Amino acid sequence: MKKIKFSKIIVYLLLTVWAIIVLFPFYFMVLTSFKSFGAYNAERVPQLIVSEPTFDNYLVAFTAVPLADYFLNTLIFTVATTAIMLIVIVPAAFAFARLNFKGKDLLFTLFLSLMMIPSELVVITNFVTITNLDLRNSFTGLILPSVTSVFYIYLLKENFSQIPDNLYYAAKVDGTSDLKYLFRVMIPMCRPTIVTVTILKVIECWNSYIWPRLITDNEAYYLVSNGIQEIRESGFGRENIPAMMAAVVVISLPLIVVFLIFRKKIMAGVVRGGTKG
Amino acid sequence: MKVVLENLTKKFPPRNKKSGSDVIAVNNFNFEFPDGKLIGLLGPSGCGKSTALNLISGLQKPTSGKIYFGDDEVTTLEPEKRGVGLVFQNYALYPHLTVRQNIIFPLQNFKGKDKLTKAEMNERALEIAKLVQIDMLMDRKPSELSGGQQQRVAIARALVKMPRVLLLDEPLSNLDARLRLQTREEIKRIQQKTGITTVFVTHDQEEAMSISDLIVVMRDGVVQQIGKPQEVYDDPKNLFVAKFLGTPPINVFDGCVKGQKLYIGEEFIMEAPGVGDADVYVGIRPEGFVLDEGGVLSCALDRVEVMGRDISVVASHKNAHATVRAIVSSDSNVNITAATVKFSVKPSKIDIYDKETEERIAIGVKNG
Amino acid sequence: MDKHSYKAWLYLLPAILFLGVFLVYPLIDVFIYSIEEGYNFASQTHFGIGTYNYSYVLHDPYFLQALKNTFILVVITVPLSTALSLLVSMGLASIKPLRELYQTVYFLPYVTNTLAVGLVFMILFKKTPYTDGFVNGIITLFGGTAVDFIDGPYWAKMLVLCLYTVWVVMPFKVLVLTSALASVNQDYYNAAKVDGTSKLRIFTKITLPMISPMLFYLIITGFIGAFKAYSDAVALFGTKLNVAQMNTIVGYVYDMLYSNGGGYPSYASAAAIILFTIVLTITCINLIVSKKHVHY
Repeated sequence: MKKIKFSKIIVYLLLTVWAIIVLFPFYFMVLTSFKSFGAYNAERVPQLIVSEPTFDNYLVAFTAVPLADYFLNTLIFTVATTAIMLIVIVPAAFAFARLNFKGKDLLFTLFLSLMMIPSELVVITNFVTITNLDLRNSFTGLILPSVTSVFYIYLLKENFSQIPDNLYYAAKVDGTSDLKYLFRVMIPMCRPTIVTVTILKVIECWNSYIWPRLITDNEAYYLVSNGIQEIRESGFGRENIPAMMAAVVVISLPLIVVFLIFRKKIMAGVVRGGTKG
Repeated sequence: MKVVLENLTKKFPPRNKKSGSDVIAVNNFNFEFPDGKLIGLLGPSGCGKSTALNLISGLQKPTSGKIYFGDDEVTTLEPEKRGVGLVFQNYALYPHLTVRQNIIFPLQNFKGKDKLTKAEMNERALEIAKLVQIDMLMDRKPSELSGGQQQRVAIARALVKMPRVLLLDEPLSNLDARLRLQTREEIKRIQQKTGITTVFVTHDQEEAMSISDLIVVMRDGVVQQIGKPQEVYDDPKNLFVAKFLGTPPINVFDGCVKGQKLYIGEEFIMEAPGVGDADVYVGIRPEGFVLDEGGVLSCALDRVEVMGRDISVVASHKNAHATVRAIVSSDSNVNITAATVKFSVKPSKIDIYDKETEERIAIGVKNG
Repeated sequence: MDKHSYKAWLYLLPAILFLGVFLVYPLIDVFIYSIEEGYNFASQTHFGIGTYNYSYVLHDPYFLQALKNTFILVVITVPLSTALSLLVSMGLASIKPLRELYQTVYFLPYVTNTLAVGLVFMILFKKTPYTDGFVNGIITLFGGTAVDFIDGPYWAKMLVLCLYTVWVVMPFKVLVLTSALASVNQDYYNAAKVDGTSKLRIFTKITLPMISPMLFYLIITGFIGAFKAYSDAVALFGTKLNVAQMNTIVGYVYDMLYSNGGGYPSYASAAAIILFTIVLTITCINLIVSKKHVHY
């Protein structure tokens, strides 16, 4: 009995150590963001408490660099990309799950094989395409290449297929059109999956860095990730770490809030096969 | 609304493309379902009864043949234009909608001059809900209902648009035994009240016999016999129908007719006027046996099962295809310890069948 | 039937259009780029067809540096993160109180911006004239000498990169393994307990085989992910990775693509194809190995 208790303590201890490793960077950034510039620079070794918290850094973060603009850009990019993606993938998943047409199996296999194409391979041509279309530094250029996801079509199609055929037949006997069936029955029934897909896409958009970096060099179109990089390399006179941390807190906060609200949905969605990036 | 099926045939391409021919699910089905009746389509699984139902609803299109509703031909019409109400085996209720929303759903599809206002829809829904007695459950979700209640919602949803024909696919198979008894009476009541021609599919002969005005017995896509339940039971056209109807099932023996006399083994059973000499199958209904010390048929007694109202005598006979089961009244005296039991047989409960074709052979007077 | 077909294609049209333009066409195009010699972005012309782009890339010291960095990163982080996440999820599976809290905490890095937290890591590890930084503070506390992990020696930079990569990939692995462990039928453990099986034997004979499909899935995706590392390095060392000697293969591809001179899509394509040949080979080896060891 005593031995069992001891092993439990060890387990909790190890888990707590890992939790601290995970949480420490978050603690450190919040902590530093409340330290005044002078106080921070006076510390030879950073202190883990703040004696005189100040909000000045947040003011600096929003005034010295166009952080609010980065935010707005990211918001536009995220909302537009996610919305267009849903408009593209829902009908496609519906066609694969519910409609019968010639070449369906072949086309679906083709779609599945597209899942294996890594984005790093196609980004080169997309960069050239967008450049040639003169769409660099525009929302169109930012959004267009990321509005489809074969994986999400697949995920949604699998979910749609689980709805019993009889519901479709019942609706058909009652004279329900395909489109109405999609909106009145399939989408409401598969709402959990659609919400999951939406959240995963929002996370992906909010954190996306590589494509925006390639396609924008005009600050007016920077997303938060590029903004952070810009701040790091030239913002705040380079050494104003508390202000940088304030910006990092502001950028990280929205997704952490979303995560805490939809915790179960997000984690379940990720288990079902989402990989980062 | 009468429903007429003319030479209706449905073939499916073979599962295995290399081997074999088309699967014929429904083969040359001819029948006129009379107006306002409750008709049971009966047969073992895979006999084509569900396909027949789907052809009537329009969810599947026939390979050949025609379907009429009244005088209108509907063979190629899409299901939504036929005006049929369909109740599925698993009810197919929309899980995310309430009972009321489920019932109203078909009404919301009406277009043009048929379009109803919200108030009219609610009124119709309530009316139909009262008919099937679920009006107090209107705001619940299907998952909050019992199986029987879900069944009623499904029927209400099928009836709300005033269909010309109501179709039910295995309506009772998902219910427990007690509820099944209750629900089948309910179906009968609703059908009589609305007067809508109703076709239902079942593999349970008792279910079909108990409430149908007419039953259609099918096997391998071919209609075996159509008639009133009692008529089909009493006068089966062939051994299949005889075996399929009745619980416990009919007892089948190997027998023969010699000189217009019917024998089972060496035992003379009865006169068989007008029947030529041949080996035959002899079918005897369980209720056709009478315990009789001087009876014509002697069997080895296995056991006796008391069922309250009657007694089931289980016995063996070397010429019987399976255990012999006789139902006798509970006041009969059976000597449980005896090794053998002797029966005499009611002639009206005996049928004989050709060994080759399994068609019934008419005996003398019955031939008419 | 025809009417139905036409409708179905209409539903699929947007998806097919987008996938065609931004996925299928680029896939074909990248191969063409990689063999067009002397491609000029501005004039969109090239001299001829051949393997020069590949040989240029393979002789480019920056590419070789990136190749080396990527391999070191893969070899260190994949086994380390997999073993660590197995340990953490086993720990999670064995406790009841506070389990959800721990799970939530562990998942947090997944939803945070890699660039943003990378900045925090950089500050934690960086040594400046004004401060040794937090990590160096601890090192000196235990009697060590302070090292600049961000602008200092190669091994120090690599160490930080590996640590940060592990920190970033752990949430996904812990989550997947925790749910795999939870889905093992409890009856197996009960049966083993009744038979008096030792803990080690339970682990090697029941737990590991039962979660082996998921474990191999994580290893395979772990390899693929690690080979594509880039953002983590940018987060720690800035965009001028070649100068910092910390570039990765993907970083090399993007640097080739994105330069003020209009970029070199040919070299970028060649490098990208080399990368995916490597990834494909490793994945195939993984699959062959897993066929032998995974119990389904």
